[in-house]
Amino acid sequence: MAVNKRSKPLSGLVCLAPAGVLLLTWEALACWKGSPLFPPFSAVARQFYALLVTQGSLWPHLAVSLGRVTAGFVLGSAAGLLAGVLIGWNRLAAVSLGPLVSIFYPIPALGWIPLLMIWVGLNEALPVLIVFICCFFPVLYNTVSGIRSVDVGQIRAARTLGASELQILCRVVLPLSLPSIFTGLRLEAGMAWRAIIAAEMIAVPTGIGVLMMKAESLILVDAIMVCMAVLSLMCFAFEKAIGYFEQKYTRWLEGRP
Amino acid sequence: MTFVELREITNSYCLDRVNLQVPDGELLVLMGPTGSGKTTLLNVIAGLEEYRGSVLFDGRPVDGTAPGRRNIGYLFQGNNLFPHMDVYSNIAFGLKVRGAGSAEIAERVEKLMDMFEISGLRNRFPAGLSGGERQRVALARALAISPDVLLLDEPTNSLDYRTSRRLRAEFRKWQKRLGITTVYVTHDCSEAEQMADRIAVMEQGRIVRTGRPEDILRFFAETEDMA
Repeated sequence: MAVNKRSKPLSGLVCLAPAGVLLLTWEALACWKGSPLFPPFSAVARQFYALLVTQGSLWPHLAVSLGRVTAGFVLGSAAGLLAGVLIGWNRLAAVSLGPLVSIFYPIPALGWIPLLMIWVGLNEALPVLIVFICCFFPVLYNTVSGIRSVDVGQIRAARTLGASELQILCRVVLPLSLPSIFTGLRLEAGMAWRAIIAAEMIAVPTGIGVLMMKAESLILVDAIMVCMAVLSLMCFAFEKAIGYFEQKYTRWLEGRP
Repeated sequence: MTFVELREITNSYCLDRVNLQVPDGELLVLMGPTGSGKTTLLNVIAGLEEYRGSVLFDGRPVDGTAPGRRNIGYLFQGNNLFPHMDVYSNIAFGLKVRGAGSAEIAERVEKLMDMFEISGLRNRFPAGLSGGERQRVALARALAISPDVLLLDEPTNSLDYRTSRRLRAEFRKWQKRLGITTVYVTHDCSEAEQMADRIAVMEQGRIVRTGRPEDILRFFAETEDMA
């Protein structure tokens, strides 16, 4: 027990120390150089406070980006899950749809932007669609892989006990696929934010990505860094949220009640 | 209780014209070396493998009947408990999917948990159970649906000697108490002797000998001596 008590603050120190060293080095280097293109950490922190608290001008952009990411993430993940279940569980669907998925999967989400700009136009649907595509394929792949990795013995046991195919899918196969599905969701929670920033920079007039482009045109390096920090925090928050649900619904992996 | 009969059971890769009869309430031990077709034969009885020939329960052919409608309790090798369900839900699974009411489920599950002395484990997940506890839960789950036939595939295989011996004695006691027709697979002679009303020996997909345990084991001893 004594070892545990001592190791907690120690591990906290080990985590924070590199970040502290980085910030101090950054501050020292920036003060020494004195260039507006490389502002010190303290200036970025002041700008962060201004954009989020005193002026609050970052909130509307953040809200818009958050809405787009949430919509794209939920729709893309749901569609990926449904398609994954279909392909993973139904042999005919696997044979017929599998090759199509293999053709489209390697195209990066951002690669769709030119085509979608022509088809959809420069409007709200475009960034949502980019996030949708970004989430759809990885969730699909992880769902298929999760379903296929379920031990056939579990399925046989359920079948012998009298479960129908739908009951086997819903009560046995899908719950057992959750660890794999959550891995896909967790990865895409971060990727969705990276994709939305790129889409906003190119295609729409609002959002964090737009704010970054505006800051770039005015050479406001500290504002760009604030946007990057917000982006990082949002990725982190999304991944943590998914991680929370993952832990909640897969606690049986550790045998904990 | 059910009389199980297999007639000329053959499948493409393992079984070769297997004929076998298991009378009401008997515990038949199926013995044989690895790869002789013991597990495949259990799967055929359960309807989980394709086969030619006929499986009859009480004289009625059940070929083409889905596994869930054969009313079989099957304890698989490695038990196949559902890892995402706690002990209670594992045992209740068969009743739930068959549409039993919650009061009926609760009564049946409680009764089985008492019988197998696992009431204290109701909220535990399989990953947190010992090997012996898992086998008890798996057997309770198999019996929850009140099966006509019980199939046990090397149920004590992965257990230590003491647990295995104790569990065998308990299995035998429960089987006699319920009077359920049982096919029990093992490759261990002492286990077969302890459990069996009758032993059937399989080799290369065929039943080569059936008889009382003492006769079969004497035959084994004699053939070993001769060798």
